[in-house]
Amino acid sequence: MKSIIAEELVKTYDKGKVRALDSLNLDVEEGTVLGVLGPNGAGKTTTVRILSTLLRPDSGRATVAGIDVIKNPEKVREVIGLSGQYAAVDEILTGYDNLVMFGELYHLGKKNAVARANELLERFSLTEAAKRPIKTYSGGMRRRLDLAASLIVKPKILFLDEPTTGLDPRGRQEMWGVIQELVKGGVTLLLTTQYLEEADQLADEIAVIDTGKVIARGTSDALKKQVGGERLEVVVDASNIPKTVEIVSTVSGNKASLDEGIRMISAPVSTGSQALFEVLKALDSAGIHPLDVGLKRPSLDDVFLSLTGHAAEVKEEAK
Amino acid sequence: MSAFRDTLIITQRQLRLLTRVPEVLIFSTIQPVMFVLLFRYVFGGSINTGQPGGYVQLLMPGIFVQTVAFTLAGTASGLAEDMKKGLIDRFRSLPISQSALVIGRTLGDSLLNIVVLTVMGIAGYVVGWRPSGGLGNVALGFLFLLFFGYALSWVGALVGLSASDARVVQNVSFIVTFPLTFLSNAFAPTTGMPRALQYFAEWNPVSTMVAACRELFGLKNQFGATAGSFPSEHPLTTSLVYMVVIMAIFIPLSLRKYRNASN
Ligand SMILES: Nc1ncnc2c1ncn2[C@@H]1O[C@H](COP(=O)(O)OP(=O)(O)O)[C@@H](O)[C@H]1O
Ligand SMILES: [Mg+2]
Repeated sequence: MKSIIAEELVKTYDKGKVRALDSLNLDVEEGTVLGVLGPNGAGKTTTVRILSTLLRPDSGRATVAGIDVIKNPEKVREVIGLSGQYAAVDEILTGYDNLVMFGELYHLGKKNAVARANELLERFSLTEAAKRPIKTYSGGMRRRLDLAASLIVKPKILFLDEPTTGLDPRGRQEMWGVIQELVKGGVTLLLTTQYLEEADQLADEIAVIDTGKVIARGTSDALKKQVGGERLEVVVDASNIPKTVEIVSTVSGNKASLDEGIRMISAPVSTGSQALFEVLKALDSAGIHPLDVGLKRPSLDDVFLSLTGHAAEVKEEAK
Repeated sequence: MSAFRDTLIITQRQLRLLTRVPEVLIFSTIQPVMFVLLFRYVFGGSINTGQPGGYVQLLMPGIFVQTVAFTLAGTASGLAEDMKKGLIDRFRSLPISQSALVIGRTLGDSLLNIVVLTVMGIAGYVVGWRPSGGLGNVALGFLFLLFFGYALSWVGALVGLSASDARVVQNVSFIVTFPLTFLSNAFAPTTGMPRALQYFAEWNPVSTMVAACRELFGLKNQFGATAGSFPSEHPLTTSLVYMVVIMAIFIPLSLRKYRNASN
């Protein structure tokens, strides 16, 4: 059964001048995770806001848990949890106060709201910070608290809009852990992200969107195959370029390409760190000391480049 | 009724905010008290009111009204902050009454007014304010003040929900409230103003409120009213009509704005 269905959604802003969604279609199977992947301005937030009843589309239809989001928004709100792009918690109140307040607003009653708040604080490793105002929290802690607030009544369907944007690598790792736990518990999740790696980690299926349309859809493996795997990149002194091109080509099995401006030689590889090791060894025996060497995973830019033939075009983010 | 309970939870939240940031409460009371003292001692000596008890009797109703008028700014910037932080999105995505957040906020701001008015009343008493209208009328006067603050709080709600930037809200609400409170009979007689301003000042709801309070507090409304104009002859009725009209217009507009926030 499909938990979320969006059909031909159109949404324009500024009296039609900005076409944020342009006949967008997507659906999410119950109990699975859909990663909506796209650059800034692609229409991710608009999609999430329509599906979570905050915004009305100009045209098109959408259902969440079988309920029409336009005709029955109150019903939809009873089954969803939403954590927006910016942590929406009260800065001045403590983490505990925030969760109790939202619990009460969900009509849990004071006693249950308190119990649930403590349970969530514990689960998201926020117990120690529980009695501090949110404004003293780190970005990662805020996001976790925001997520906790959206889980108060154990929603079956959850929307997370760019849950890790702006977090440092550690905060991101922690958030991923939390989300993976949730998914094990069986929620249906629609998650938006700008990072292919994140969609890869968390999503069962990925929908790539660009200028308000889904331009590709599939499992992460399928998308990556379409894009090509990792690339090995080596930067050397100008004098060592010809020899390095030769070495990299041999290891890769493909003809290496050269960016003369930055003296970077690169080639696709399928064996990952093994290839890296072989190249380093061969360079060493040839007496070449690379200035920089690394493996580059395909990024959103690469996905875009291969799907659309143009780089991810970044529109100005709406304030 | 769950809409009612939701509203109370939001009001509670706001009172809790006050306990977390006591500065808000302190400054919302210090400022009017400072005005009482400044006006009382700076102008009090030079303005001859011909009123028994002196300028402070006329001044206090003026400052009370001015203070509750600033509820507009308080509600506006509070809601604008909530919008900016995305809190409104969260509230709107909850299965709660869609008006609870705004109604709760306006109620909370009115509760704050009770505290502020009490402190000001005490300060006024200390510097010689002695209302003589009888307990019932004085209480009615304060009720009028709270009601007026509540009505303006809804104007603030619309301003706060419509603005794109919290700083703009601050400015807009000051641009609305300052002329309203000063182009009135609150601090000085309107009879000294140019004809056009005088006209405005007499119909200004701030003036009618001040005149109404003066009447209820036992003064003759002689401070600035041009004899014969309707609002100065019937300040209580006029004020009441103003409040009802303001609410009839701004409550539905604000609630609609809230439901369609950022649509
Ligand atoms: N309130 C708004 N007013 C005008 N334009 C907007 C508004 N919100 C979003 N947009 C525009 O709509 C497009 C999609 O925005 P958004 O859904 O926020 O994208 P994303 O979340 O993928 O970055 C962008 O071009 C953005 O500038
Ligand atoms: Mg966004």
